[in-house]
Order: sequence, then structure tokens, then C-alpha cells
Amino acid sequence: MHVPLSYYLILSAILFGLGVLGFLLKRSIIAIFMSLELMLNAVNLSFVAFSYAWQQISGQIFVFFVIVVAAAEAAVGLAIIIMIFRNRASLNIERINLMKL
Amino acid sequence: MSEWIGRHPELLVAGLKAGVLIFVLLTAVAYMVWFERKLIAHIQSRWGPYRVGPHGLLQPLADGLKFLFKEDIILTNVTSRFVYLFAPFLSLALALLAVAVIPFGPEEFELLGTRTGFYVADINVGLLFVLAVTSLGVYGVVLAGWSSNSKYPLLGGLRSAAQMISYELALTFAVVGVLLLAGTLSLREIVAGQSGTWAGFLPRWHVFPQFVAFVCFFVAGVAETNRTPFDLPEAESELVAGFHTEYSSLKFAMFFMAEYAHIITTSLLVTILFFGGWLSPFPDTAAWNFTRFLPSVLTAVLALLFFRDAFRLTNQYHRVLTFLICMGLAGLAFLLLHPTALILAQGPFWLLAKTGMFLFVFVWTRATLPRFRYDQLMAFGWKLLVPLAVLNVFVTSFVVAWRAD
Amino acid sequence: MSAEHWLFFFFAGVAVLGALNLILQRHPIHSALSLILVMASLAVLYLLLGAEFIAAIQIIVYAGAIMVLFVFVIMVLNAGEEERTSLSRVAKFVGLPLAAVFLVEVCYVLYRAWPSEQMVVPERFLGRTEDIGKALYGEFLLPFELTAILILIALVGAVVLAQKEP
Repeated sequence: MHVPLSYYLILSAILFGLGVLGFLLKRSIIAIFMSLELMLNAVNLSFVAFSYAWQQISGQIFVFFVIVVAAAEAAVGLAIIIMIFRNRASLNIERINLMKL
Repeated sequence: MSEWIGRHPELLVAGLKAGVLIFVLLTAVAYMVWFERKLIAHIQSRWGPYRVGPHGLLQPLADGLKFLFKEDIILTNVTSRFVYLFAPFLSLALALLAVAVIPFGPEEFELLGTRTGFYVADINVGLLFVLAVTSLGVYGVVLAGWSSNSKYPLLGGLRSAAQMISYELALTFAVVGVLLLAGTLSLREIVAGQSGTWAGFLPRWHVFPQFVAFVCFFVAGVAETNRTPFDLPEAESELVAGFHTEYSSLKFAMFFMAEYAHIITTSLLVTILFFGGWLSPFPDTAAWNFTRFLPSVLTAVLALLFFRDAFRLTNQYHRVLTFLICMGLAGLAFLLLHPTALILAQGPFWLLAKTGMFLFVFVWTRATLPRFRYDQLMAFGWKLLVPLAVLNVFVTSFVVAWRAD
Repeated sequence: MSAEHWLFFFFAGVAVLGALNLILQRHPIHSALSLILVMASLAVLYLLLGAEFIAAIQIIVYAGAIMVLFVFVIMVLNAGEEERTSLSRVAKFVGLPLAAVFLVEVCYVLYRAWPSEQMVVPERFLGRTEDIGKALYGEFLLPFELTAILILIALVGAVVLAQKEP
């Protein structure tokens, strides 16, 4: 007995939904950023599942690129968060609502 | 339940092997501490522990009991108690996990009806598994340092973690050179690919074509395990005790054991990747067949040394223990003469002998070299080791591509 | 129920619980640890789908480097617990139930689109390192080199952005 493919896709949908929920509901910028990473991970699971389903390696290649781009984005994003913290001394997004400092 | 296990015997076999391996590894960790103390002491012209058992052999037992009975201090004003209590477990679990993919010998044998080899698991991406466990090991350190809610552990943890991730890069690049030669990520096949000789006498080990990679890997391995000369984050005169300052008794013992387990794992990896693992350094021809008896002969020599000690020691208890050890070793030497045992013991014997050599080098560098300052340490990792390892990958890939034509 | 079922449901459950914990915890460090747990269980699920290289890369890069970066930033900024405010009543009584209904609908559609006969069998696994290497350096060479430049840009950008004011 093996696991049906749709189970992986349903799990990916649930994780993505939870990521969106975290993105909308959390107040700390770092937690919002982590929900973003959760969404990327859910999408990765979808890619790998489809790579198996259509028997093409490009799904997994794309996962590789998503991981690399997520690394680059996390580095720059966290640098920006550090700068924001230096200027506002707070990680609450509701305090970061003005374009000028 | 038992019939499900009956249909999947490989699970039980893997569980048994894992249990035996963890037991052996923890004992090896304990005696590695003894080995280090004795060796550093002899290098410094003094004796190490010699009272607790014959030659201090029961010292690890005494240390273990001490850790058990010591007062267990648990901080209360930590930011997160869960993280504070979890970090040592994480460290030790990851340190013990890495040996799951290490092959100890070439032979296959039957156990509980399944055909299996001298490893817990032989996965296709064995090398990546070890690298993954190493990169997760950073968490034990950084979480311990942060959750102790005190400045020395925080600084020590941050520095130690930054050092570990920097030298991980050099480690990975050094290994790519070996991968290009071996063509596979499975550790068992990497070792199998090193069999045979050049010109009839030089073994085809990866250290000869990849000497630069070996040096890079070894130095990066010493830095990964936070050993001297790279042990600024945990040196006593610098940061009290680094990231494990606020831990006591059993939790500190876990960090301690995790560090020594990492040392043993790094030595095993160096042996497997560069020095032929379980392969004998002697050629595999009929003329050299007598070297098959080396394990037995060496055990017998050790038994004779202990026998001589049994007369030279003065303490009665030590004499009895020495005599018992001598009898045990003599029995082992005779057991190894049995044909099946002779064949089975060859692989693990050579692997353990070579690993022992590298453990000796680890302790030797600790006793000899002064430590790096932190900025020198980071500069060394990023500006010297990484470019050197990348250069090695370039040259190796050119040579491999040129020879493939 | 075979071994794959047990493994799938166990690690899927761990992933969903980790994701829930990420949303429900107030201190960022606990959210970070839950996210690491999610990533580790996803790596096991990749292994169940035969993608062994991607599983290893997920642990080495995602859980072992990116999340370390997150944990470092949380430590350095000394991020504290967030203030707890309650959701608006509309969100609680209309929004969340509607979201749940939407989720059930999506799951139903997915389940019907890939019926249970399409099982994941080991014979159709692809994802060995050699195949990924051939594809990366063959068909996908240009994107591969471009990601190298992207990482260089991100490196320089992060160093410039985060350095101390002179």
C-alpha cells in the first residue's frame, strides 16, 4: 500500500494556508518573514510532488532555485529588518507605517 | 506487532545495529577523554590520571559518576526554559546521529535472516547526510548560548556558531574534490573506489591526488569541532567557558560528550574519505597475506603488555584489574584467529587503527599549538581555506575532464 | 496501513503542528524553532517522494543556514514577545469559518483531481544526484549561473545594509 499523490498536494495547500494566516495575523516582522518562508516551503512540496507525478526532473530543479532565491532574499530581508530596528527600535509592523523615518 | 516485525526484519536489524553503535560510540567518547588527558599529560612531561584504575583506565567511570551526582543547577530567569533544556539534547542527538552512515567494513553478513553490512544505513547521499547533521549542529551551540541569558555564553555561542558556519564551507568544498574522483556520494562506495594500488605498492587512497583537500578538510574539521587552535569560543581564559557556562552536571556532560563524538566522527570521516576507510595499506596479493593476522598479533601484544604491568603495579586492585584485562585481550586475540572472525575483523580493525591515528593528531595539536584570535580565525577560514579548497576543485575538475577524453 | 502511510501521516502531522505552533507562539524564537521542525519534516516527505538530493539540500541550506540566519537576527535584536491583541469580531466569526470552508473545498478538488489510484511507488522515483547534476549543468545552465550572480548581489547588499554607521 502506498500513499496517494493527492495527499501531498493537500498537505501543501494546508501549509500554504497556514503561512498566509501567519502573514496576515502576526505583528512581529520576523514572524511575518517566517510565515513567508513557510509559504515557500509549501510550494516546494508541491513542486516535488508534481515532479514525481509528471516524471520530470525540472520540478526538483525549480525547488533548488526556489531554495537559493529564498536564501538570497532572507539575507537581504533580514539586513533590512536590522536597519528598520535600528531606526525605530521596534519590530511591530504597526509602528512601521510611515515612508519617512 | 511481532508478526509485522517478522515481515520487516530489516527494521529490527537496523535498530540492533544502531543500539550497538551508540553504546560503542558513547564508550569511545568516554575513553577518548581518558586518552586525551593521558596524552596531553605525557606530552607535558607528567603523568595523567593514574590512581583511579590501572593507568587511570577507570577515570571515565569516575567522571561519569561525578556528573551524575553533581548538583543540577537550572536557571530560572531564562527567556525560554524549553530552549535552555533542549539545547544539550539536540547537540548530543546530532553528534550521535552522524555515525549512522559510516561503513565500518566491506563484508556482508547474515543477521536475523537479512543480508546486511557493517553499517546502520547505506544511503545514496551518505556524504550529504553527514554534512546536513554538521550544519544542524550549529543550533545546539547558538541556542545554548542565547538561552543562558548571560553575556559570556551569548558571545561565546555567537562566536562559536559563526566559526562553525564559516568552516562548514571550507569543509564542503574540500569534499567536492573527493567527490569528483569517486563519482558517488555513498560513503561505502567512496571507500570501495579506493581499493587497488598504483605501481603495485601505493594504495589508491584519495589523500595522494587530493593532498590539498585533505589538509583543508582536516583543518576545517578541527575548527568545526571547536578544538584548539580554534577553541577561542570555549577557552577558559577568554570567555569563562563559552556557550556552556551556565550548564551543570548532566547537561554539561552532554555538551562535552557531543564535542568528543564530533571529534570521533570527523576522524572517521577523514579516514573514509581520504585514507581508504576499511582498506588495508598493504597490497591485496598473496605475498602480503600474512598481514591478515595483524589484528590478532596486536591484541596479543597488548595482552602481554598488560601482563607485564600486572607484576609491576603495586596496588592490589589495579593488579587484579590488569590481570583481568590481560585475560580478556588474550581471549580476543585467540578469537580473532578463527577463520570467520579473521575475515570480519579486517575492515573494522584498519578503520579503527587509522581513526586512532587521527585522534592522536587531534590531541597532539591541542597540546602543542596556541590558539587563534577570533579575527585571525575568521580571516584564516574565509581568506585562506575557502579559496584554497575552491582552487583544488578547479584543478581537480580540469584533470578529471582532461583524463575523461 | 503500510509503513509509508505511517511515515507520511506522522511527518505531515508534525509539519502541520509546527506550522500551527509558528502562528500561535508569541516569542519569535519559538516560531523559528517550529519552522525548523516544519522544514525537517518536509525533508522527510521529500525522501518519501524519492527526491533525496533535494531533501539533503533542504536540511543543509534551508534548515541549516537560512534558519540559523533568522535565529542570529532574533538573538542580536533581542526580539521580545509580541503584544497580544484580539482579532476583530468579523475576523473571528466570519473570516476564520470561511477560510476553513475554502480550505476544505480546495482539498476536495485536489483529492478528486488526483484520485487514489495514483499512488507514490518507489519504482517511479527520480531525483538521484546524477540526474539533477546533469539537468542543472545541461538544460538549466543559464539559470544556475544567474543564481550565482544573484547570491553575490545578495551578499554585497546584506553586508552594505547591515554594517554599522561609520
